Amino acid sequence: MTTTLYLPMDTTALSMGAADVAKAIEFQSCANNQAINLIRNGSRGLFYLEPLLEVETAKGRIAYGPVSVDDVESLLAQGLLNGEPTHPLYLGLTENIPYLAKQQRLTFQRAGIINPLSIEDYIKHQGFVGLANALALNGQGIVDEIKTSGLRGRGGAAFPTGIKWQTVLDAKVTSTDHKKYIVCNADEGDSGTFSDRLIMEADPFSLIEGMVISGLAVGATQGYIYLRSEYPQAHKILEKAITSAYQNQYLGDNIQGSEQQFNLEVRLGAGAYICGEETALLESLEGKRGLVRAKPPLPAIEGLFGQPTIVNNVISLATVPTILAKGAQYYQNYGVGRSRGTLPFQLAGNIKQGGLVELAFGTTLADIINDFGGGTYTGEPMKAIQVGGPLGAYLPEQQWHTPLDYEAFSAINAVLGHGGIVVFDDSVSMTEQARFALEFCRVESCGKCTPCRIGSTRGVEVIDKMVAAHQQGESANQAALNELLVDLCDTMVDGSLCAMGSMTPIPVKSVINHFADDFITDLPTKHIEKISVVSLVSTGEQN
Amino acid sequence: MSTNSKNQSIEQTILGIVEQKKDLSGALLPILHDVQHHFDYIPKPALAIIAQALQQTEAEIYGVISFYSHFQLEEPGKHTIEICRGEACQSMGSKALEQAVKKQLKIDYGQTTADKNFTLEPVYCLGNCACSPSIKVGEKSYGRMNSEKFAKLSEQLSLYKISLGEEQ
Repeated sequence: MTTTLYLPMDTTALSMGAADVAKAIEFQSCANNQAINLIRNGSRGLFYLEPLLEVETAKGRIAYGPVSVDDVESLLAQGLLNGEPTHPLYLGLTENIPYLAKQQRLTFQRAGIINPLSIEDYIKHQGFVGLANALALNGQGIVDEIKTSGLRGRGGAAFPTGIKWQTVLDAKVTSTDHKKYIVCNADEGDSGTFSDRLIMEADPFSLIEGMVISGLAVGATQGYIYLRSEYPQAHKILEKAITSAYQNQYLGDNIQGSEQQFNLEVRLGAGAYICGEETALLESLEGKRGLVRAKPPLPAIEGLFGQPTIVNNVISLATVPTILAKGAQYYQNYGVGRSRGTLPFQLAGNIKQGGLVELAFGTTLADIINDFGGGTYTGEPMKAIQVGGPLGAYLPEQQWHTPLDYEAFSAINAVLGHGGIVVFDDSVSMTEQARFALEFCRVESCGKCTPCRIGSTRGVEVIDKMVAAHQQGESANQAALNELLVDLCDTMVDGSLCAMGSMTPIPVKSVINHFADDFITDLPTKHIEKISVVSLVSTGEQN
Repeated sequence: MSTNSKNQSIEQTILGIVEQKKDLSGALLPILHDVQHHFDYIPKPALAIIAQALQQTEAEIYGVISFYSHFQLEEPGKHTIEICRGEACQSMGSKALEQAVKKQLKIDYGQTTADKNFTLEPVYCLGNCACSPSIKVGEKSYGRMNSEKFAKLSEQLSLYKISLGEEQ
């Protein structure tokens, strides 16, 4: 009898040695004369357990992990193929692992369960049900469903998706040979985030289906996935999935016999964080430097090649099939206030049990950290949590009870962003983190507007001067510089063209306001020497 | 091969790539990616060829290449090592890792070792933030990296060129 095994092929599992484990399993089972069928699935998102090996049994899928090459022989010898519980890596039924069982998986319902390259597998797990429902509606009908669902842009800006779609639906194309576009923003550059990558690597057809539905909704016939070049594995998987979707008439000139058309291409970015900003992304797609455009006009009116364009994040688009399959009301029933549905949170950094945690809005940061995180990786006390990527605030412990919803975070001058949660233990220097926020902006600014381009450079310098003033005991000078820094932050907020410049002060000010005792003082004395080395070598400043 | 015929063959290859991609909408980035994928960098003759095909100036092509950190105009070493400088990696000791790697390879960011084996670059997030710190060599990411593991990995990479990115 052939036993089915699952081992992920997503970037994280591979980075933890999954390719070698797969070879070892093939080799060892062959040597033992044990018949197996090893399926390379996407990860379940329980990254602290990767590589996570699963075996199909009569009771369900049983998990073992994290598996290294050295474990393979003993696993096979101790009844892996029957799902026996004797091996120390035995975790029981995958579905019952508390980390997974406590989640509310809507967008990630298939992640890690299916073979991401098998369209049959996708269909077997309710794939393309949303598309079938969409084909029975007209454009306005689809847009209305999205509006009712309450879905807001998951890239971080949280703009109501249905309203964006309505604008594109209502927009006129300027001439007959022009068309509307659907652009998927897969330039997931925020540190601490990986949900876009995981859905593309674990369930690529959900993104493809979402894009086809959005095309039907607004009358767009061409889609592009703008994918960052740092994600080669997602690229390979997407290309294969798109080919398969064309072969099965889910893309092309006659989608499922409806005579509706939608074509889709992946385009690679080239290592510029700013291209995650929608107008810079459009410039890049047009073959130019990724310089931010002034708004208006909105991309929904004049977007790619000057035509009406939906620019949506991967998770927004990959959630659309669920909404169309189960109904707007079903999705809307999750969440709180104006934050409806679920958000795939990403637990990262110095944390014992990092991974993807999809939950309805409204739970608190402390809940996620306590119920899922398992403490810091280093075992030291937690000091700060940065939520929402490099432009998000550093939260001190007294703010960890804030409900995770867009409005509640905005009320404490923080952002939920793309749902990245990065934990720091008490060895962190808050001064270095504030300085890095400005340094990152200096490296990644597109250079178009002065507050962002110059402000970030001056900001780094002001912090360095403050450190020097502190070390020389010039407290009056330090206070004056502090005032200058706050003023500079305000200028960046008020004067920058896009979120890069206007949000960079968020982490800086969160350190000034909430870690006042640490700011400037929590550095080793050799700091000046050390940071000047870092500033000289922070390359990438090719703008 | 003489320098002349080598140059001719480089130009032929670039022309072939340009011919294949030039009619795409927004063709420049796809062309640059293919050229760099083929040569590991963008050879100088590419600028004039691409400029002519897309009816742009060489300055415009150069402007685009220089904007994006992924595109390189100099031939890199056999292995490009990217160290993640993102916050999640910082929280797990990436700054110490950075220093150790630089010390071991005796190069800074943007430089190549004397034996042309390694080029070192910074990268701002590899999306592997639950298993930090991360580095990437070619197309393969490595999680939970530290200076000891890196020393071992770099030794392997020096001994033989591991074929990377063949997974699936």
